[in-house]
Parts: sequence; C-alpha cells; structure tokens
Amino acid sequence: MRTGFLPKSTEPMNFGYNSQEIGAGLCKRIIPCLDVKNGRTVKGVKFQGLIEAGDPVEQSLAYELQGADEIMLLDITASVEGRATTLTLVKEVARQLSIPLTVGGGITNVRDVEALLAAGADKVSMNTAAVVNPELVRDVAESFGSQCCVVAIDARLNAGSEGWNVLIRGGRDDSGRDALDWARECVELGAGEILLTSWDLDGTRSGFDLPLTRAFAELPVPIIASGGASSPACFLDVFSSGGADAALAASIFHFGEYTVGDVKEVLTSNGVKVRI
Amino acid sequence: MNTSAPKGFSMKTEMTQRVGATSLTLKQVEVIDTAGGNVGSVCRALERLEYDIRLVNATCAPTGNVPVILPGVGAFGKVMGNLVSSGMDTRIKQLIADGVPFLGICVGLQVLFECSEESPDVSGLAVLPGAVVRLKKGKVPQIGWNSVTSLDESWCSGYAYFVNSYVAEPLQPEVVLYESEYFQKICVAVKRGNVTGFQFHPEKSGTFGMGLLKQWLDESNAKLGSN
Repeated sequence: MRTGFLPKSTEPMNFGYNSQEIGAGLCKRIIPCLDVKNGRTVKGVKFQGLIEAGDPVEQSLAYELQGADEIMLLDITASVEGRATTLTLVKEVARQLSIPLTVGGGITNVRDVEALLAAGADKVSMNTAAVVNPELVRDVAESFGSQCCVVAIDARLNAGSEGWNVLIRGGRDDSGRDALDWARECVELGAGEILLTSWDLDGTRSGFDLPLTRAFAELPVPIIASGGASSPACFLDVFSSGGADAALAASIFHFGEYTVGDVKEVLTSNGVKVRI
Repeated sequence: MNTSAPKGFSMKTEMTQRVGATSLTLKQVEVIDTAGGNVGSVCRALERLEYDIRLVNATCAPTGNVPVILPGVGAFGKVMGNLVSSGMDTRIKQLIADGVPFLGICVGLQVLFECSEESPDVSGLAVLPGAVVRLKKGKVPQIGWNSVTSLDESWCSGYAYFVNSYVAEPLQPEVVLYESEYFQKICVAVKRGNVTGFQFHPEKSGTFGMGLLKQWLDESNAKLGSN
C-alpha cells in the first residue's frame, strides 16, 4: 500500500484556512466608547495631548481617523435638561462622523429612541429599561428595525458559578435573571446585537471575559464584548478564542496607551480580519 | 475692496455650464424622501461633500437636471408601496430613461430589480433584470464591515459598512460593480449606464465610502455637464 499519497477525495478542503474566517467575510469591529455627561466626556480622555479634553465630537472624529469601526456614546446624564444637551451632542457628532454611531444610556421608551435616531444615531443601546419592560425591545425593533436595536447586558457570574446573572441600574441590582436566557429572549424580541459587559472583569484590565463571551457567541446576532481590555492581545483573545464579533473598550484608548490602529495591527498580523 | 469679483473664473464658467445660474456656490443633488427610510444620514454625508441637497417627492418633483439618490431603509414592499402610492415609481423610471444619473442605496438598490423574496407579492421598478434573495448563511442580517472587491478598474476596492438581510442577484453579470463574500459570493453594487446601486452604506463607510459618493457625484456631474 502506498503511503504519502492521498487520493483526491480525502484532501482537506480548506487547508490553511479557518472556515469561519473565510466564509464570514465580515471584519471584527473595534468600538471605542465615550462616557458623556451634560454633553461632555467624563473620565479623562487624552490623545497624547492633541485634543481638547472633554469634547466628544473631537474625540469621536479622532477615533474615526485612528480606524475605529463604530463609536459608542454612553450617556450617563441624569437630568432632563442634560438629556436635551445629549441630543444636541448626538446631532453634532452624527453630522461629522462617517462611521456608525451607537448611543446608549437612559433610554426608557420608544420616544427616547425616536429622538436619538432623528438626531442621527444609527443604533440605540437599551439596558435596564429593557429588563424591566422587555416589550420595549420588540417596540423598537418593530418601529425602527432590528439593525438599530442593541440590548446591553451587564452580566456577573452567579453565586454557584454556573452561569451569569443580569445586573441592572448600573450594576447596583441583580435582576435574578439568567443572562444567556435574557439574551435569547432579546433576540426573539428583535434585538439586532448584544452588547455584553462582564461585571466581573470590567475595570480590572485583566482581559475580556472569554468564557462569558464564548457562551454568548452561539447566539444568532453579533456579540459585542466589553470590559477588561488592557492590551491589543486582549482583543486578539476575544476574537480568536472568545468568538466575539466586535469589542468595545474605553480606557485603553482614552489614555493614549494604544490607538485603534495599534490594536488592528496586532489583529491583522495574527490573521484576524479587520478593516484597515 | 471689490467683493463682487468671482474668486475663480474657471470655476464660475464650469458651474454655470453645469447647473445654470441657480447655484453658483454649491453643486446640487436631489434625494428622494418618499421611500420611508431615514434620509438623514445620506444627507449629512452629502453636506460633508459640500453639496446643496434638494429633497424630492410627489409634490416637489425632481428637475431632471441634477443627480438623484434613492436611499432606502426598511422592507422592500414598504419602500415600493411608498414609491407607487406617491407616483414616484413612474417618475424614477422616466428619470432613468432620460439618462439622469441615479443612485440607489441599500433597499434603494434592491427596488431597481424585478422582485424580492422579502415581499413576494410586490413588483420592483424592474430597471435591472434579476431578483433580490435572502442571505442563506451566517448571521442574518449581516451587520458590519465587509471587504468589497471592485470589478471595474476605475472604482477601487475597500471596506464598506453593511446592514442587510437580502442581496440582489442580477441576471446580467456585467452589471455587477462590486462583489463581497458572506459565506458565498454576493453582488453588493451594480452599475449600468446612468444607474448605480450600492447595497452597503457609503455614507457610513468612512473615508472609503465618502470617496465612492464623491466619485459617483463627480462622474454624474461630468455627464450632466457634457449633455
């Protein structure tokens, strides 16, 4: 019997390719997130001293130039007057930005969503209000389409370490709901994407929560991983082993440690498809 | 100081030839706003390119002298329903027959074809032969950036932002301007004569997308100017 000869039928079909990579075609997205309050960025954002601190318009444009695939504005304003300021800000960012803009924070009803979309947001991200009133997700998806309907889930490992619970009100309350169950319900209600934040790792700089992200990657909508990024290697891990479709980060970019371009360079050189 | 002197003679001459005396400062483009989608993002992109935008619909008819864009977000049936009920469907077909540069974006591209699996009982504008079919593999809708490969050397390849569940399958392969891979080869832009369509959103595709819009506008204005 001959060895070293493989009949044609047993030749590996996709030798040298990761089938997911070749078939998908879609790029993994990098999404810088800006926390805004009363129209200004909170948390110090420094672009090597080039940009005036606190201006979300300039910061968004700077991120676009760095190669960001999308910008997320998280509105942490509490007051009604502040909300009006946010709409003005969204209008100005949308006027200048040529990449998609997602706005989250403080959305409680369809009217809030309508106002943000009219101001120029491409997508809105709902969190606590969706958990309290899941029909909001359906209303938004039916009124404006799934493509603009993002549900943000703050997930924390539950007491038995057998899954994750959904936290609400900025992590203050445990809703008691299983996060993966909730995500599945969101998809049924019409959510187009899930923004998944690990409450265990957010702010720890120890990397994205890979087991959490992996558990959600099976869902039929894109998963945006968030929380814990501290280096380009963290992004490589969350895409290659976490199965995320996009990754969101704040401080790693704000403090000027790494640019979006730095992250993409590492991803590209490791075979992850990104927009360059 | 004489403030009435034109800043550049050549520019003045060019502008007068193109659009007449109505606009000496900005070039014009018409955007159809009856299709039910949000025209805001397309208009903002055109403003960034320093175009003067005129929204056109049943009561404010297209002039036939400037390029026309049909943005479209939403279902095929809904967009066609809006076009038919406002009489814009026949108007669009006439504009295209008259040689006016026409660009359909997203569902605005899809309605150029004969029909769609999304709304099987609804006829499209049937400007281009072929049907619109649902994406069969992968996460649907396709949301995000995909590489687009140009089949025409005068248009460059790059990355574009997509939000779509359906794609056109033209019967004439020669109309395909860009193609992409989404678990299969898909047609993502078409061009035949004065009709162009982008399945992706050039207005959300960063510098590359803005470049495509600018190229289409420049070509369109050159064509109108030479008529």
